[in-house]
Amino acid sequence: MLTMQVQNVPWLVIVITLPLVGSLLCFLLPQQAKKLGLMTAFTIAASLIGLLFQVLDQGAQRYTVGGWDAPLGINLYVDGLSLLLLLMTALVGLGISVYATAYFNRDKTVYYWPLWLLLWSALNALFLSADLFNLYVCLELLGLSAVALVAIAGGADALGAAIRYLLVSLLGSLFYLLGVALIYHSVASVDIIIVAERIDATPPILAAMGLMSAGLLFKTALFPMHFWLPPAHANAPAPVSALLSALVVKASFYILLRLWLDVFPLPQEVLGQFLGLLGAAAVIWGGVQALRQTRLKMLIAYSTVAQIGYLFIAFPLATSIAWKGALYLLLSHALAKSAMFMAAGNILHFGGHDTILKLDRVAQRLPLTVAAFSLAGVSIMGLPPSGGFIGKWLLLNAALQAGEWWWALVLIGGGLLSAGYIFKVVGFAFTQTEASHEVHHVPAAMQWTAFMMALAAILVGLIAPWPLALMDIGLPFEMVVNKGSNG
Amino acid sequence: MAFFYALTGVALFTLGLYALIIYAHLMRKILAINIMGSGVFLVLVALAARTQTVPDPVPHAMVITGIVVAVSATALALALMLRLLEVSGCEELAEEPKE
Repeated sequence: MLTMQVQNVPWLVIVITLPLVGSLLCFLLPQQAKKLGLMTAFTIAASLIGLLFQVLDQGAQRYTVGGWDAPLGINLYVDGLSLLLLLMTALVGLGISVYATAYFNRDKTVYYWPLWLLLWSALNALFLSADLFNLYVCLELLGLSAVALVAIAGGADALGAAIRYLLVSLLGSLFYLLGVALIYHSVASVDIIIVAERIDATPPILAAMGLMSAGLLFKTALFPMHFWLPPAHANAPAPVSALLSALVVKASFYILLRLWLDVFPLPQEVLGQFLGLLGAAAVIWGGVQALRQTRLKMLIAYSTVAQIGYLFIAFPLATSIAWKGALYLLLSHALAKSAMFMAAGNILHFGGHDTILKLDRVAQRLPLTVAAFSLAGVSIMGLPPSGGFIGKWLLLNAALQAGEWWWALVLIGGGLLSAGYIFKVVGFAFTQTEASHEVHHVPAAMQWTAFMMALAAILVGLIAPWPLALMDIGLPFEMVVNKGSNG
Repeated sequence: MAFFYALTGVALFTLGLYALIIYAHLMRKILAINIMGSGVFLVLVALAARTQTVPDPVPHAMVITGIVVAVSATALALALMLRLLEVSGCEELAEEPKE
């Protein structure tokens, strides 16, 4: 009886409204913000488990908000792909929430919680949206809250980075919106399923595809449109850097993936190869730039640029196994990168700086933090048994099956570069420097969450069959296979 | 006629994009983004009037939502600009992102 009731709860709506309500409460009751925020975070995670069971039991779900169906109303849709991203957001979100309780002082906490929960709400809504315009609104909500979070740090650098980020974010969204306008003009709907049925490769549609892809690639910071990412991610407070790198860039990637799989009709081959090339360039360029950085947070941010590149290697291959590989990399990158930014936050808090050359025996004095950084590094490099390894392995297989071995070279080269920059940091963490400085105590909560996130990035490699089975619910990748076989 | 308005919208979008890229002053950049936005809204409204005698209401609803978003984004951009002016005394972004 009870299970029946749990099955019928509209969890899709709850996971969007919970963080929204939590955000408002935190804003209205700033004194209680920390407590309320943490409670909301755990409640969201709990309701996602409800959604997980519902989807495992009944398959992909569609929900019509307010009972108004597609042409007029708003639909929500959840399949394996969106569920995986929702779970990833919740896992990383929980870690970051716990970390933030210890990280922020009293005045910053008041700003942090409402914005972070708003951002969470936007992410959940985005992953569940089933129409193109709704996706635009979610993108904007996400962008605005992310920009405000970057600005929390204060200071000229952070404000400059925030404004640059805002302009880039708005520019990307406007390109996307213009594309939506053209699509609506051609097919008289913005619902993804209806659009997919009616779409043809006519000039306005091709123009729309170009505009939307350009806008989303800009927001995803694919090379060479990555210039805004490192300053924005490096100048934000540690929990915010973690959020931006782990989750926010993945949102625009998700939209692009959805459009690519479900909406765009195509001559996809040429464009896919082009995206793959940009991805390969991002892997190499991001890796080289990361090696050249002197500040730890900038290094980690450039590593994100490189890791985003891997995701695009799935586009020229376009097989189910390649998509799964890319998603697995996306998932393990989210966990590993949030752990890295948390570890960097701890080091910054500990010594008051994050200059790599001046790291003074942090390995001995913050063992847990350096362990977190190294474990996360294992996943970023793609060594077994981490999640990063599974993702790269799947991509490697897809590349070899397609006979396109050059993508394998990129995967390996990128792995070597990341080993280079990670060992550089770890090496300096052990050595002593002459200029010793005043040190601050790092709260245990900050050390342990960083470690737990890194551990999760490794563990996700050991439970590979589960996430992979989850991705198949609702067959998000089937369309591509059909399209491919039809020519 | 609708087509003419749509083209004007695209022209505004391009003009805004141009201004966004070449001007350094933040106020001009924010205005440029707004002009781009107005261009997109004009395209949406123009295309709503394309065939039927009664205009299609859905793009109008989209434009209203879009305006709400644009107003909030502009407010945030202006607030950030003022704050940057307070902190650094400069209304322009540093040429190269600081590394």
